[in-house]
Amino acid sequence: MSATTAATAHFTLKPSTDGGEGQLLEVSMGPQHPSTHGVFRMDVALDGERVVKLKPVFGYLHRNHEKIAETETYLGSMPYTDRLDYLCSITNNWAYALAVEKLAGIQVPERAEYLRVITGELTRLQNHTSVIGFLLQDMGASGTPLMYAFREREKVLDLFESLTGSRMMCNYMRFGGCRADMPAGWLQQAQKVVEAFPRFLDEFERLLSGNEILMARTQGVGVLSKELAVDAGITGPMLRGSGVNYDIRKVDKYGIYERFSFKVPLGEHGDVYDRYMVRLLEMRESVKILQQAIRDIPPGPIMDAKTKIRGFRPKAGEAYGRTESPKGELGFYLISDGSPNPYRYRVRPPSLINLTVLEDMCLGQNVADIVVILGSIDFILGEVDR
Amino acid sequence: MDEKLKVELGKQGIFTTTLQELYNWGRKNSLWPLNFGLACCAIEMIATTMARYDLARFGAEVFRPSPRQADLMIVAGTITKKMAPQVVRLYNQMAEPKYVISMGACAISGGPFKQGYNVLKGIDRYIPVDVHIPGCPPRPEALIDAFITLQKQIDEQQLTGIGRPRHLDPDAPSEFIVPQFGAHDLEPPQNPDVWHPPLVNISLAGKNESGND
Amino acid sequence: MNLETIKSEIEANVPGCRLEIVPNNSPSGQHSLLIDHEHALFVASFLRDAAHLRFDYCSNVTGIDWPGKEITEKVKIKKILDGVEQEVEEIQKTQSAGHLEAVYHLYSMEKKHGPVILRMRTEDRAVRIHLPSLTPIWRSAEFQEREIFDLYGIVFDGHPDLRRILMWDGFEDHPMRRDYVEPDDYEYEPTPHDAVLQKAKQHLNETGGR
Repeated sequence: MSATTAATAHFTLKPSTDGGEGQLLEVSMGPQHPSTHGVFRMDVALDGERVVKLKPVFGYLHRNHEKIAETETYLGSMPYTDRLDYLCSITNNWAYALAVEKLAGIQVPERAEYLRVITGELTRLQNHTSVIGFLLQDMGASGTPLMYAFREREKVLDLFESLTGSRMMCNYMRFGGCRADMPAGWLQQAQKVVEAFPRFLDEFERLLSGNEILMARTQGVGVLSKELAVDAGITGPMLRGSGVNYDIRKVDKYGIYERFSFKVPLGEHGDVYDRYMVRLLEMRESVKILQQAIRDIPPGPIMDAKTKIRGFRPKAGEAYGRTESPKGELGFYLISDGSPNPYRYRVRPPSLINLTVLEDMCLGQNVADIVVILGSIDFILGEVDR
Repeated sequence: MDEKLKVELGKQGIFTTTLQELYNWGRKNSLWPLNFGLACCAIEMIATTMARYDLARFGAEVFRPSPRQADLMIVAGTITKKMAPQVVRLYNQMAEPKYVISMGACAISGGPFKQGYNVLKGIDRYIPVDVHIPGCPPRPEALIDAFITLQKQIDEQQLTGIGRPRHLDPDAPSEFIVPQFGAHDLEPPQNPDVWHPPLVNISLAGKNESGND
Repeated sequence: MNLETIKSEIEANVPGCRLEIVPNNSPSGQHSLLIDHEHALFVASFLRDAAHLRFDYCSNVTGIDWPGKEITEKVKIKKILDGVEQEVEEIQKTQSAGHLEAVYHLYSMEKKHGPVILRMRTEDRAVRIHLPSLTPIWRSAEFQEREIFDLYGIVFDGHPDLRRILMWDGFEDHPMRRDYVEPDDYEYEPTPHDAVLQKAKQHLNETGGR
């Protein structure tokens, strides 16, 4: 054996499967890799530039959220949900609050529902812009698109900060409502951001959507078929990019989503470009929802008066509540045994389940396409590993 | 050299310096961080490099993807036991002089996830840390403050004698043991050369089992 | 959709299967269906393929640990006391084996209804911890079943790639089980109280004050 074939931890050569001269190259991408969106590893086998095998390796950010939640009160887990998908803390709060409200049969006042929609859709805006920025960063457009995305994200984060006191970890929702009402002038400020947002989207689209390089790198790359998407339980923009019309805001009509008129954008080819496009169009729909919600928000209480915040003990039973988070279906499965802590607390992470088809999308593609496909999945490791 | 004389000479257009000043000036203004994030704090780290906070003002915008080219490791996020060996290995691969900023509650002590079975209670159990920033996550301003603190630390370093930087001391270690995966925990669970459990005598006697003194 | 009707439909189409409705008393009203191991795959494929049900989307798969409980019973035993046979009440304690449970939440993307909740139980928590894998029916169960195997130690027969997923390969425990004991790793806290104080005491007793 020559020195080059000696196996090391990260680099192995094996004889090619087709019996030819070539050899398969096994590469370990990650867990420290600039474009893996966090600590995520892939064991990739390459035949030249082509991917012939890809096994994802998880667990590098397994922070035991579910175990810790069993020792916390129901309310005590709320700040932990912020840190699941740390780009969209508010939608995580919402999903958890919804599950507990199902478990305990709590009604949410109308104004709180509107606040949830407004903050939730703002979260979707900042998530999708950041994700497109990161996707372009992975593609090699170092700087500009991500800078633009973060410029807009900061505007949304300013809104969150003045509403909740924190930029990222908002910890905003409570069972039966929201934690804080809008400060004076907040709604006008939000309206300004929402009104200005389509202009940014136009700019973003002019820069990107017709860009030749972007089209060459994304069209026909990482195709996910409709059938596989449904079978593998893919949700969110990725599922709709493959042309399946399934948006939990429309299906479950949770909260007050049936009051708003908005469309569900669908892709046709299921490739990276479609997923990118679905996210762009979803932002335009979110802007529509935001405009309606800001127009219609009624005065009133923001917390259900009957719900006890301290000493909250739902009676024994279980509930599964799910929402359409920006990543997909975020569900919480709770089992109560009548004590102040949940007996079992389970997060159904859209990021993890959307990652399961990574190998199917990457097979036969070039190694440089892996990071592009990965970027189009939109996953956050805090949610994948929990 | 007398400070006053130096300023006076400067006014006359004569620039005087010492090797130490020049050396520290060069090091502190070209801190290249390792392009490496672990969890939530990494997003704030990215935000710090973006237009609004613009870390480039402090000479630290060049995030290097390879540890061989980096001077500074920002441990931004929760270190799990599964990730800890890789973090230590990355640190070992960095060339001296190298610095560590431990960003956020998790990197300091495990933070909110401290009681987790797979969470390391602070990266200083395995590698030496220069600056800690509290917060969950720390704001970008806090990260900038940590940079300035680190720059001050570098500026004040004496190049000779006791307390000289590690890379100028042939006896000081530059690499630290990489923990191994064990059957129940990392082995060793901490590096005794780097980290000692705080020797604080908490008064367990205060109340005995029956509740009396 | 009524769970009772689904149950009777399954019973009509999968002969010999044993189903049981597990009631849920919380306001969510999400009752679930306990299925047996032998017919689990048939029940699952019926739910997926039946034209009016079409539960093509398995959303959430998770494990639950139900450790054995100590059952205290009063038993009347005949004993000879002072030369006279008397009936004496004695308290007898027995330990039940407990079980592990896997829960599947099913929805239909085609018909847009759901959820139907399936449960499977192992016979105990130590040896007979096998369950049939439903990955052949819904691929979305693949990684989630791996996670259950990792954290709870349920062995899914028929799973294509049953390895640890979150913890490292050489790890031996199943940390989500309720009787899992963490390695002793105490750290000083300024104001130790309750559980932290308890842990500190235990640590200091074991290590002799270090």
